[in-house]
Amino acid sequence: MTLPAVVERPVAEVGRFFEVLWRVLLWTPRPPYDWRQLARQLVRVGVDSVPVILLTALFTGAVLALQSYTVLARFNAEGFIGSLVALSLVLELSPVIGGLIIAGRVGSSMGAEIGTMRVTEQIDALEVMATDPVHYLMVPRVWALVIMLPMLVLLGDVVGMAGGYLVAVVLLEANPVVYIDNSFQYMDLWDLFQGLAKGAFFGLLVGVIGCQKGFDTRGGAEGVGRSTTRAVVAASIAILISDFFLTKVLNWLTPWVTG
Amino acid sequence: MSDPSRPAVDDGPVVALEGLHKSFGDLVVLDGLDLEVRQGESVVVIGGSGTGKSVMLKHVIGLIRPDAGRVVVNGVDLASLGHRELTTFRRRFGMAFQEGALFDSMTVAENVGFALRRLTDLSGAQVRERVEECLRMVRLEGTGGKMPAELSGGMRRRVGFARAIAHEPAILLFDEPTTGLDPVITALVDEVILELTEGLGTTALTITHDMESAFRIADRVGLLYRGRIVALAPPEEFRRLDDPRVQQFIHGRAEGPLTDPRELAGAEV
Repeated sequence: MTLPAVVERPVAEVGRFFEVLWRVLLWTPRPPYDWRQLARQLVRVGVDSVPVILLTALFTGAVLALQSYTVLARFNAEGFIGSLVALSLVLELSPVIGGLIIAGRVGSSMGAEIGTMRVTEQIDALEVMATDPVHYLMVPRVWALVIMLPMLVLLGDVVGMAGGYLVAVVLLEANPVVYIDNSFQYMDLWDLFQGLAKGAFFGLLVGVIGCQKGFDTRGGAEGVGRSTTRAVVAASIAILISDFFLTKVLNWLTPWVTG
Repeated sequence: MSDPSRPAVDDGPVVALEGLHKSFGDLVVLDGLDLEVRQGESVVVIGGSGTGKSVMLKHVIGLIRPDAGRVVVNGVDLASLGHRELTTFRRRFGMAFQEGALFDSMTVAENVGFALRRLTDLSGAQVRERVEECLRMVRLEGTGGKMPAELSGGMRRRVGFARAIAHEPAILLFDEPTTGLDPVITALVDEVILELTEGLGTTALTITHDMESAFRIADRVGLLYRGRIVALAPPEEFRRLDDPRVQQFIHGRAEGPLTDPRELAGAEV
């Protein structure tokens, strides 16, 4: 029995994702440990992404404050702008927007880099030199993303709140002390942790999908282009869909944690 | 050229391809291919573009698994090896790729030393020494600090050789080592291959469509046609074979059985 393409494609994609993820996990504890590669990827993923995260987070926080005011003023609840901005950022916007930005910036470059290595036989060369490409190429990249994306999320939280603060205090003339007080009043560590956990999970998605799309590249320069696009599109979709279910799971855990 | 003074070592083939079949979709690439390479021997397989030479070579090292048939290396059937065992098993091979396949994020020296750093316990100084030695063998001493992008095609190819031999493999595989190189560089590359195979007694399997080069470096030459080795003989003998396919290939004629449209149509069935 053959499934229609609309069903088969996504099922095959998900299957391939778990296959690659499984191989990454299998190879992770095996020596030799390539710390230099990991360090290089940490810099590429993390440090090099700081400027774009600063910029996007700042404006996300700013627009969030503006829009919250529009909505909350209708209920005479302007006092809650700080809470709304802080919680929205920490729980949702910082990890999701950060994840999407990193999918575009890092997932694409991983897809292109590994894809080019595939079509120029560099991946065959690795295998020939008794080096598993999953071990050598994917393990450091995936872990660099899992480690660095939560850090970037944290940075986004702080900068986003600063953006919200600027808009609220400078443009909307909110009381700075009340605003800051209000920002942290309804937030606890568990909220912060949920955002970071999402970041780590999205990092895993971007890493595995970006590497896998590159790895499965066929057919020259055009193939590399296709893989790059696929890496970004697939990772972005995966982030947005999994975010819903992840939120569901985390909400379900909340009573146990904060109990 | 075969060398009669060379001691004949004969304890079974180093590489044995037995009845290999491989198809990609409807396209039959290998159709019952048999080939043996003996210890210390240099076998060159020639054949037109798209006849499956690269596919054959990738079977030898387990990059591609056959649909049917066996690949036996040093008496070990590759199909009997698990993924990790196969990875380890590959240490006895060195393979030089068509365009070099150098890691473009690394310097020449890092490329050549890659297998040594990953697979051996050699110290940094020992690795550097061996890398320089290998670069000297391919006449590229002193280029270790360059990036692959700074090199010409022929130089990249030779760095690929240096990388393939660095960990002193017992079996060397060359994928179109001279294709697209000028005659002088081709002669140099052939000389390097001869040095490696005759000088070091390494077993070698080369695929090419460069006839002159094939006759220079081979102990035996084989013709791959429609998924099988249809002729296999020492160079001098090979030249005199009256197989029309061999003669067409050697003399580079456009007309003949290799390009017969009926034959080509038949190949696609």
